[in-house]
Amino acid sequence: MTLTIVLLGAAALIGIGLYGALSQQSFVMLMMGLELMLNGALLAVIGFWSLSLGGMPEGQLLAIIVMAVMAVEMAIGFALVVAVYRKRQADMTESIGTLKG
Amino acid sequence: MTDLWVALLSLFAVWTGWRVFRVDSMVRASFSLMLSFIAVGAIGVLLSAPYIGVATVFMMAVEMMVMAIFMVMFMMNPAGLNPMVMVHQHRLSIGAGVVAALSLGAAVLFSRPPEDAVRAEADVVAELGHELLGPSMLIFETAGVTLLATMVGAVILSSRQGRFGAADEGSRPPGLSDGGAPAGRQPEGGGGHHHHHHHGGHG
Repeated sequence: MTLTIVLLGAAALIGIGLYGALSQQSFVMLMMGLELMLNGALLAVIGFWSLSLGGMPEGQLLAIIVMAVMAVEMAIGFALVVAVYRKRQADMTESIGTLKG
Repeated sequence: MTDLWVALLSLFAVWTGWRVFRVDSMVRASFSLMLSFIAVGAIGVLLSAPYIGVATVFMMAVEMMVMAIFMVMFMMNPAGLNPMVMVHQHRLSIGAGVVAALSLGAAVLFSRPPEDAVRAEADVVAELGHELLGPSMLIFETAGVTLLATMVGAVILSSRQGRFGAADEGSRPPGLSDGGAPAGRQPEGGGGHHHHHHHGGHG
């Protein structure tokens, strides 16, 4: 029962995050969509670890990996946003139709 | 009782996650996302993963503060005084999000995962520590090296000056005469005066 609730919440978070990542024009908002999807993944990992795997330690390790992925995504994402903004004064996805530096 | 709290926190996480794309100010959006992460961290604490839950709250609080600073740097609607709708391919996105949520939800409802809860007396934090510094040490260290590479990459990407001069130097064509104006097509947004004062260091 608890696991079902948690996993349904995770599914909803992943759906909302996918909507955000596909629909937002601003890079920063787009990254919030990605973060929201990772949030859902983290919730699902915690739920499975706690209620379905008998607390095997590798499950917690997976949660830590998800958090590391979030940190990497944030840092590199913002660095790319800064680099693109310096080069093109662009903060919207429509402004960089080409990859040419 | 735990069920009720978990359900309420899940609903709160989903609602605040939804608010991220509905509020009119990007700062509010980042704080809404922070609330969603805090709710997930609290669910972790309730589901006997105190380390993961508390670490999520700490990490996300700091991360969303950084995000709020970036929002102030990049957003066009500082105080949320105007309605903010900046979307493209809206129908497709809504469809993709709904399909993803519904199909994952159906997978949840129609599957029977094993029921094996954490033992009440288990010392989960100590187990995690032994796992990290024991059998899974290679994974742990790989994550550490990945984070180091991320730091280096972030600094290099965001620095104005590359190691061998201006970061966009390689993308500018050389002049027809020595030290002349660059020939050919200029990268967009460049141009202007600053590369006339180009230090002509030929290395």
